[in-house]
Amino acid sequence: MAFLRESWIVFARALRLSLRNPVWVVIGLVQPVLYLALFAPLLKKVVESTPGLPPGDAWQIFVPGLLIQLGIFGAAFVGFGLIAEWRAGVIERMRVTPAHRMALLVGRVARDVVVLLVQATLLTLVAVPFGLRAPVGGVLLALLVVAFLAAAFSSLSYAAALVLKSEDALAPLLNGIAIPLLLLSGILLPMSIAPAWLQTLSDVNPLKHIVDGVRAFFRGDLGTSTAGWGLFWAAVLVLAGVLVGTRTFRRESA
Amino acid sequence: MIHARSLARTFRTRTGPVEAVRGVDLDVEAGEIVGFLGPNGAGKTTTLRMLTTLLVPTSGSAEVAGCDLLHDPVGVRRRIGYVAQGGVTLPQARTGEEVVDQARLYGVSSRDARRRGQELFDQLDLEGLWGRTCGSLSGGQRRRLDIVMGLVHSPGLVFLDEPTTGLDPQSRANLWGHIRGLRDELGVTVFLTTHYLDEADALCDRLLVIDNGAIVAGGTPEHLKRAVSGDAITLTVREPADADTSLLVVKDLPGAEGAASREVAELGSQVTVRVPVGGAALPGLLRALDARGVTPEAVEVRRPTLDDVFLSLTGRSLRDAG
Repeated sequence: MAFLRESWIVFARALRLSLRNPVWVVIGLVQPVLYLALFAPLLKKVVESTPGLPPGDAWQIFVPGLLIQLGIFGAAFVGFGLIAEWRAGVIERMRVTPAHRMALLVGRVARDVVVLLVQATLLTLVAVPFGLRAPVGGVLLALLVVAFLAAAFSSLSYAAALVLKSEDALAPLLNGIAIPLLLLSGILLPMSIAPAWLQTLSDVNPLKHIVDGVRAFFRGDLGTSTAGWGLFWAAVLVLAGVLVGTRTFRRESA
Repeated sequence: MIHARSLARTFRTRTGPVEAVRGVDLDVEAGEIVGFLGPNGAGKTTTLRMLTTLLVPTSGSAEVAGCDLLHDPVGVRRRIGYVAQGGVTLPQARTGEEVVDQARLYGVSSRDARRRGQELFDQLDLEGLWGRTCGSLSGGQRRRLDIVMGLVHSPGLVFLDEPTTGLDPQSRANLWGHIRGLRDELGVTVFLTTHYLDEADALCDRLLVIDNGAIVAGGTPEHLKRAVSGDAITLTVREPADADTSLLVVKDLPGAEGAASREVAELGSQVTVRVPVGGAALPGLLRALDARGVTPEAVEVRRPTLDDVFLSLTGRSLRDAG
């Protein structure tokens, strides 16, 4: 199918450019590793003395949150790269070819998923000497969820970038959405220790259920409803994200 | 190659609708180099973007490279090349890779893309630059690279939006040669936009003059200049009495228009008139002046320029309007 070939061309080009400029890949990883090294030790005390936390040790509670944060924040800011490409005329030049509009989006999203998966794997591996113990099956499912989130937020970021066409407009939009979302999803500390009103608020946030799901994966509770809901919401988000992204890419051309 | 009827585009902006293009009709046959001449904001780029499927027309229809613009845009895209005004490459990407990736999006195989790309590099004076990053090229080289990107899939019709804007005079003349070569050697039909008079004169077989979203005239550069304004003859005479006499004489010239006289400090007076062919009128004019005892200090015959064409068509000078 031409669409797959075209997506591959866009993906290969994007990946080649990322590999040649690994600075952003490394920087994307630095933040979660800093959290691991400098914040997680504080968590151990909290876990030991706070009732109402989900089961599992500090690492099994914290690392899932870091992975979700990486998946979302890492993917949410890819829009800036698209604005740069749009300014350079690359987007128009690709749009004037007979390639499917969706291929232009899918190729780039695929590259973002690959980069984020590599970062997520590295993060998990780095957490092991710190003290993380988790079943391989759970980790793999967690990485799948990260891939879904990356695909969703990358698509949405590209959509926002194409509409706004300005870094000055994109940055506050992303921060304005991502930060409340993350705070209400219990990535640093689980929502189960929150007061009732905050818990209710976070229940509306699909990310919270995803984080709870990934925590369940890390504990090895793969068959529970928590795990199931986590996977479900991740799938919903990726579908919604890709749909919105595609519609926007198609909008300005026949 | 291109047949457009009543092509129009209106933009909705915060200050109300903007009619960027109003009912443009145009025809371009294979093998022509046709130019769209007009000041900035005339609607050139908007028309171009409609013809290349990047913008949907608000109304009107067109057939481009044999495909219907509205019903078969993918067919149009397959058969055309487009070189945008501001460049099309990422500075940090390598030239060869950008060229090959672009060709592959048209369905050209990697191997053919490399071969064709390198051929074009040689033809357009870009030898040895295949592996360089796009950002390391000079302005002229970058523009030629943009043109390679628009040609690598061997389209029969290519659209160039302001191809030499921002380049130094030497690069511009150089690029004109290459654009002519496209038609002469490769048989490519070229449709370009420009606000440079010298470019329109030097390159285009035919011109379409556009202003405020509508075409105000069309034809070869020579035809436009001839039809719209004749040659200007300027006589410089020292004595005011001679100026009056000269004015009477020039008014009698066949086809004379717009005879006028004005004082110019240090020179005396200048008498100007427009006639169809200045060179033919001059001998008779000088004899007639001599018979009246007037010897002009200086005579100048000025051929019309496209700026004169534009001025007489729209009431504005292209230089002021652009």
